[in-house]
Amino acid sequence: MQIRRKNFLTLGGLTVGAAALAACGGDAESSTDASDAAGAASDGGGEEGAAPERADADLVIWADEVKAGALEGPAAAWGEANGLTVAVQTVADQLQPNFITANASGNGPDMIVAAHDWIGNLVQNGSLSPVQLPPGTEETIAPIGMTAVTYDGQVYGVPYAVETLVLYANNDLTSVPAPATVEELVEAGRAGGAENVLSLPVGEQGDAYHMEPLYTSGGGYLFGTTAEGDPDPSDVGVGGEGSVSAGEKIGALGADGVLKTSITGDNAISLFTDGKAAYLVSGPWALADIRTAGIDVTMSAVPGFDGLDPAVPFAGVNAFFVASQGANPAFAQQFASAVASSPDIAEQMFPHNELPPVNLELQEKLAADYPELVQIAELAEDADPMPAIPEMAAIWQPLGQAQANIVGGADPEPTMTSAGEEITAQIGS
Amino acid sequence: MPSSSAPAARERSTSIPAVLARVVLLGTVLAVTAFTVPITIAQQQWMWLIVILGAAAGIFVLYSTRRFIPGKYLFPGTALLAVFLVTPIILTVGYSFTNFGDGTRGTKQEAVDTIVASSVQQSEDSTWYTASVATTGDATEGPFTLFLVDPADGTVLRGAADEPLEAVDPSAVTVAGGAVTDAAGYEILDAREVNAAYDTLQELAVPVDDSSAVRLQGPDQAFEGTTVITYDAAADTLTDTSTGEVYTVGTVGDSEYFVDAEGERAFSQSWLQGVGLGNYERLVTDGKIAQQFAGAFVWTLAFALGSVGLTFVVGFALALVLNDPRLRGRRAYRSILLMPYAVPGFISLLVWSNFYNRDFGLINQTLGLDLNWLGDPTLAKVAVLLTNLWMGFPYMFIVSTGALQAIPGDVMEAARIDGASRLQTTAKVVTPLLLVAVAPLLVASFAFNFNNFNAIQLLTEGGPFLPGEYTRGGTDILISMIYRIAFGGSGADFGFASAVSVVLFAITGVLAMIQFRFTNVLEDVN
Repeated sequence: MQIRRKNFLTLGGLTVGAAALAACGGDAESSTDASDAAGAASDGGGEEGAAPERADADLVIWADEVKAGALEGPAAAWGEANGLTVAVQTVADQLQPNFITANASGNGPDMIVAAHDWIGNLVQNGSLSPVQLPPGTEETIAPIGMTAVTYDGQVYGVPYAVETLVLYANNDLTSVPAPATVEELVEAGRAGGAENVLSLPVGEQGDAYHMEPLYTSGGGYLFGTTAEGDPDPSDVGVGGEGSVSAGEKIGALGADGVLKTSITGDNAISLFTDGKAAYLVSGPWALADIRTAGIDVTMSAVPGFDGLDPAVPFAGVNAFFVASQGANPAFAQQFASAVASSPDIAEQMFPHNELPPVNLELQEKLAADYPELVQIAELAEDADPMPAIPEMAAIWQPLGQAQANIVGGADPEPTMTSAGEEITAQIGS
Repeated sequence: MPSSSAPAARERSTSIPAVLARVVLLGTVLAVTAFTVPITIAQQQWMWLIVILGAAAGIFVLYSTRRFIPGKYLFPGTALLAVFLVTPIILTVGYSFTNFGDGTRGTKQEAVDTIVASSVQQSEDSTWYTASVATTGDATEGPFTLFLVDPADGTVLRGAADEPLEAVDPSAVTVAGGAVTDAAGYEILDAREVNAAYDTLQELAVPVDDSSAVRLQGPDQAFEGTTVITYDAAADTLTDTSTGEVYTVGTVGDSEYFVDAEGERAFSQSWLQGVGLGNYERLVTDGKIAQQFAGAFVWTLAFALGSVGLTFVVGFALALVLNDPRLRGRRAYRSILLMPYAVPGFISLLVWSNFYNRDFGLINQTLGLDLNWLGDPTLAKVAVLLTNLWMGFPYMFIVSTGALQAIPGDVMEAARIDGASRLQTTAKVVTPLLLVAVAPLLVASFAFNFNNFNAIQLLTEGGPFLPGEYTRGGTDILISMIYRIAFGGSGADFGFASAVSVVLFAITGVLAMIQFRFTNVLEDVN
């Protein structure tokens, strides 16, 4: 417990620090956001990352600070219309473990807003109640959203937004804004004379999330598929033949200096916005910085290697979940049905937290004013929902590490094999 | 109560302020106890209930009479020690013999309930009704009846747990806004009442046909669905009614799960179980951990000693220089040197981590180097020590400056009169005197750095990892390696993490003993 506590403090500190830095560096437009974030973060920091005391209301929803800020207004309006009091509480960090423990002891919220890949762990801890969606819902929500929140044949959440990786091209630094292959990208990037061809975070410890498109295009996969179409933890793809050939492709890009361990999650976006990289692989969260920098960008799908499989990045879906031990399960289910049956709540949340929506009607409405976000939502249709099974936790570190080592020049074959062995050992224990 | 045989003592302690203080103290204790006991009972925190009652009883026994003088002094420290130090240790040791972690937090009953509750499936083309919950009895206890309005044609239906759905004479009910608002002989529950009784209502299934039933969804809707999984308590098995498959309890790894016929885990939900020495066995038998433990231990010692040594040497040297009265502007220099201490540690660490970046970092760019600071195990160790030096020397500087100023001037004067040179005075007189004062702080600093998780985690995350190595990185100290083993991989495994902590506790215990010996030796010198 001592160890976890330290980590809470660290992360709490990190958020405050990051917000403080953002506040210093922000310009006129973004400084209000930054100071809001700083305020929220310091609230969280004051509580040392602990979960808040459950508010006294008919419906209590926990979310991270950005989503809580966006949800507050719409949720209150919904409550008013239904004669209920609604409290949206910020859990600045460690929402998942805080929710699991609070829920188990009966002090938790009625709902949480979270990413779909938490489902596996929340289900094995018995923290979620399934939601029953009203008829017709499946026609109004993008298929990727429904696939993501379905786990073991059961629907556990109501999706409202989706995120995935896309390729941003700086039009001033390249003449090929939407390359069809990685080879074309490298050639165009070199020709444009940019300092770095591609900004894709690797870091010393690796970043399996951002590497996923290249890994899948090279032939790698994470888990096989069961007969029901769910990820199969007994079939780990890392260490297999496909992962090795993907490793060779990634290693070649590393040797060419296209992928670098010195490009990390901290500097990847800023390299691109500073005009030091022709291409960037990132998600919708990079849009704000890119707009601020005023760069002329083109967005397209992340390309794959020439003649190999298509690149399939992860899709992450944000959804509303109903707690299993909440004090007000009926109101939680009612709110879930409300989000599922109309785009209103997602629409009201959008201006405060611009995320690509999964509601098809809302996508249409926003297409004119926010073409980039709707384009990301459409690109997400070709992405794979991040596996939600708890075994996924065993993937990140070894696979990322192996990829980083390969970028740094390690031999792909033994490195990928050892990563596969490590993952299998962790899943088995 | 005061005994009559001790009149002298009575005279001493019955001054009005003393009695008042005692009454206020005991009254406060009583008030706090009266306030917290119902709360702990409500939250079923039995352990804390015992602690609170025990502490309150102890305070009353010890402080209400004039006896137990030593107890009065010993009690506060001992009680706090027991609550805040001994209890967590006992709990940790206890957890280390269980499988407590993700998926194994609750009881078996909770796991079964979750599995069954999660298996409700909507029927194909299920009709969704607007529902009203009604009762002929009590709003929290039932029995409950559902009044349903089919939104398509407005038909009103009624049903209960043992009464299949049947059409209701429209004249017997009032329908407003698409829902039944009044029914003869029934009391309709409002949304809040439905919410309060929702757990009971979740179990209410109004049979439609053999396989499906109408269930309540939220306060005002109902759908047709079925519970696919059922639990047979007598046989202790789960049955999938759609396929007929039966799941029994079987052991996978250290824990029991519901397994299918092949013995494969069928549901991820498990429950808290004792696993004996399983966690310790895993620690010893997992080849990688045992193999890496020694390496991590050696580097942890080197890191802690190196950090203390370097920071002390630099801090002491600067303190000596800035203690010279001939130097002008000492105050300004001292303030500047304290700057690293004023920056919050985690910010410095993150900033330094960026400084070391091979291609874009300040250090390589300024010095025109191409050193792979964080990618090379040896350079990464140097980077960690350098950063920790920067973070730690101001502390040593303050401590040394304080200790230097406390060394009496006549000792130095005596040394000079005896013909000692400046260097000799410093080495032979000042340093030993100063060490006596700062030795305990050096030991404390060593203990701090031995477990300096932040310095490693924020700077290098334990890396760099050599290809094929995932357990220990080049700069991993014990605590950061253990953190990764316990929490890095497959989610939170508190049972295993506790076992690891117990082992680490034993190791630090031995080290602390050695440290105390060391301080004793220093004191003996003088």
